[in-house]
Amino acid sequence: MTGSVLTDLMLIFGQVSLLAFGGGNSVLPEMQRQVVEVQGWMTAREFAALYALAQAAPGPNMLVVALVGWQVAGLSGALVAVLSLCGPSSVLTYFTVRIWFRLRDAPWRRAVQAGLLPITAGLIMAGAVLLTTTTTTGLATGAVTAAATAVFLFTRVHPLIVLAIAAALGAGGFLV
Amino acid sequence: MTQSPPSLLSLFTGFFTVGMFGFGGVGPWARRLVVEQKKWMTAAEFTDLLGLCQFLPGGNVMNLTIALGSRFQGIPGAVAAFLGLMTMPVVVVIGLGAIYDQYADFPPVRRAVVALAAAAAAFVLANAIKVAMPLRGKPLGIAVAVITFVAIALLRLPLAIAMPVLAALSIALLWRFQR
Repeated sequence: MTGSVLTDLMLIFGQVSLLAFGGGNSVLPEMQRQVVEVQGWMTAREFAALYALAQAAPGPNMLVVALVGWQVAGLSGALVAVLSLCGPSSVLTYFTVRIWFRLRDAPWRRAVQAGLLPITAGLIMAGAVLLTTTTTTGLATGAVTAAATAVFLFTRVHPLIVLAIAAALGAGGFLV
Repeated sequence: MTQSPPSLLSLFTGFFTVGMFGFGGVGPWARRLVVEQKKWMTAAEFTDLLGLCQFLPGGNVMNLTIALGSRFQGIPGAVAAFLGLMTMPVVVVIGLGAIYDQYADFPPVRRAVVALAAAAAAFVLANAIKVAMPLRGKPLGIAVAVITFVAIALLRLPLAIAMPVLAALSIALLWRFQR
């Protein structure tokens, strides 16, 4: 049982690893699809809660996979999920960096990079909308998202301060 | 290269601090470490290497630890820098998850996480808007972004199938019409 879950984690996040053009947030919708819809490991709301916890921790924003792995298979699940997510892309980076200097001036590289940008933009927006629809449980949580988005866009307030204020308001019972 | 290559230990400890303090994104912290504090690279070298890391799939700074570590100390250097970046965040995030498991039924904790999730969604939303901004005034780019959004958010197509098709379409379109 656990063995097959670990294999699933490895296959899912290993594949996600090589599709993560534009960084972690671009594969958020695919992770949610696999974890919630295909595997049925948790609900969309539970996934959003885990994503929020990962966001509150330091480090790269892809670490939600550690929590997904932890939820479905404990510590070994967390480690397998993280290593599967990091392994394939790291190996690719290791080998590509050696030929990078020949690669970077090639005209097709600029074309590929320019072509990937709108896809990354669409993917991150998809992840943002999927998350927002699950986290907006009512007027108050919707207002938190709207206000926090404005703060992130128009001020230089540290993100962690915004997250802390939201969590404190929530804990105090002012929102839900 | 501006100095003698960093040792395995200093690669590990340097990126350890990046991982520890890099709340809400580790990119700016990595730049501070590599260019300003340790002077392992010039700003131009760093930007060039980061360009590669953004071009490849995977977390940008995660890829940077591999690229930078392997450039100075081969595979051991890549592993040292990578472990430096990841160790603390993985420990913290699993710790948070364990605490959450324990107290998830306690109403203040449950409410705090609901509110936290709303703010975390805002973080991604703001990021999505910032990433989309350079597409202003580029109708083809906007069209590709909208098609991607519909395919992934509404049709919920598997990324492994959608990505190659979208990438080929986008690269061909932009190559043909926007040079």
